[in-house]
Amino acid sequence: MLLEISDLVVAYGRIQALHGISLTVSEGEVVTLIGANGAGKSTTMRAISGLRPVSRGSIRFDGQDLTHVRADLRVVRGISQAPEGRGIFPGMTVMENLEMGTYARRDRGNFRADLDRVFGLFPRLQERRTQVAGTMSGGEQQMLTIGRALMARPRLLLLDEPSMGLAPKLIQQIFSIIREINTQGTTVLLVEQNAQQALSVADRAYILETGSIVKEGTGRELLGDPAIKEAYLGVA
Amino acid sequence: MQFLLDNFWDLSVTGLTQGAIYALIALGYTLVYGVLRLINFAHSEVFVTGTFASIFVLHAFGLGSDDPVPSAGMVVLYIAAAAVGAMVASAATALVVERVAYRPLRRRNAPPLVFLISAIGASFAISEAFGVLVDRNNVRVPNLIEPQTQFHLFGASVNNRQLLIVAAAIVMMLCLDQFIRRTRLGRGIRAVSQDPDSAALMGVNKDRVIALTFILGGLMAGGAAVLYDLQFGVTRFNAGFVLGIKAFTAAVLGGIGNLRGALLGGLLLGLMENYGSAIIGSEWRDVVAFVFLIVVLMFRPTGILGESLGKARA
Repeated sequence: MLLEISDLVVAYGRIQALHGISLTVSEGEVVTLIGANGAGKSTTMRAISGLRPVSRGSIRFDGQDLTHVRADLRVVRGISQAPEGRGIFPGMTVMENLEMGTYARRDRGNFRADLDRVFGLFPRLQERRTQVAGTMSGGEQQMLTIGRALMARPRLLLLDEPSMGLAPKLIQQIFSIIREINTQGTTVLLVEQNAQQALSVADRAYILETGSIVKEGTGRELLGDPAIKEAYLGVA
Repeated sequence: MQFLLDNFWDLSVTGLTQGAIYALIALGYTLVYGVLRLINFAHSEVFVTGTFASIFVLHAFGLGSDDPVPSAGMVVLYIAAAAVGAMVASAATALVVERVAYRPLRRRNAPPLVFLISAIGASFAISEAFGVLVDRNNVRVPNLIEPQTQFHLFGASVNNRQLLIVAAAIVMMLCLDQFIRRTRLGRGIRAVSQDPDSAALMGVNKDRVIALTFILGGLMAGGAAVLYDLQFGVTRFNAGFVLGIKAFTAAVLGGIGNLRGALLGGLLLGLMENYGSAIIGSEWRDVVAFVFLIVVLMFRPTGILGESLGKARA
């Protein structure tokens, strides 16, 4: 098991955002976590990457306990997150942003190869490499956060709502890139509101409602589940 | 007014010299603000520590306040030694302030006002330490430079001391600029300034970056302290008070959080003060400085260059 979360509780002050959730991700999988606004998806991501302290429960990665490891050290262990929204460094160029992705790495030897891989996935970033990131469109910034996370050569890539605010055509493109990233050997944990797309790309999925996991299954199973269809896919 | 026109270039040279010192100190305020969104009011005492440290170094070399100016070769050595002493002392003080006054509060998620009180407390503590342990009166700096006119610029005479101050300030700022832009740690500083969460996700150790910005600010303040000693020949336990406020003003004027803004703000403030006091009298010097700040902020609330390091932060 690459990632193993058990009974995770996260609270903001006195308000509990997660009431003891458990989930697992195996090596090579794409796992998605689906839920409405405020269900606790981003909180789960922030707890895994270490930005949010945990009140109870544990996070294990590759057999080691990560629950109280600092965020910047989790990157070294192999977890890289593309944050929700525009988590780029707005005052840096595209290239500088991508270089930041390698900040934690000791081996800079294959920087070129990693860069080529990211540019292969996102040709737009190559065209824009000298542009100041803050002046790019939302979709381009989204590509940059994913590309930057990949530059860390993660074993587990955390994607927080990669389709948020994007045009339908671009959403299609982002999801096919996620599939490609996975085919190239990176395990992916994907948080999404766009259930249709996320379930189609995922091996397994968890449904999160107000801080608890209410259902889990393979992507295919959940796509066909009538209750899920009604609640998340907009079909009666 | 006639006095200003007659002496415009002389006033400009004096203003730039003064402004270079403001700018070096302003960098410390702006660096720390960039990563912590905190005004380190103890920074003026980081500077004062440097002014005393360089005097101690000179005393250690056996130089007294009334001794004649040493030979040129020795002067270079003495200034270099004083600069190293001041920069190390200021950087160490800055680091201690961060460890003692700020880091424990950060660990407990204290609200911003608490940091402000802590900053003011640290400022008084250091200043009074010099007042009690060293002297409450002016402390004289051994003579190292006899000002001699080197050349004329548009009719203004430029002396060796002014040249040294401006040149040293420019070199220090260039080094800082290159460090921030080219090195890995420099990129870490920029990353934390622009988005602390994303920086952590990239593996940037925030505590290390914070310590580094305090050290860099301290090094610049230490450099400024030596130049100040050379320029004024005297320091005092509370010399940082007005100078610190001026340097802070310079940082805000240029756009706090913006390194080039600190440079521009410092130089402009030095110039405006000198022009202003030439027109309405030198007792109005400080009034001119702050009126200038207010006028600029009325039209550009984020300063002349804006807050570039932190722009687009929610």
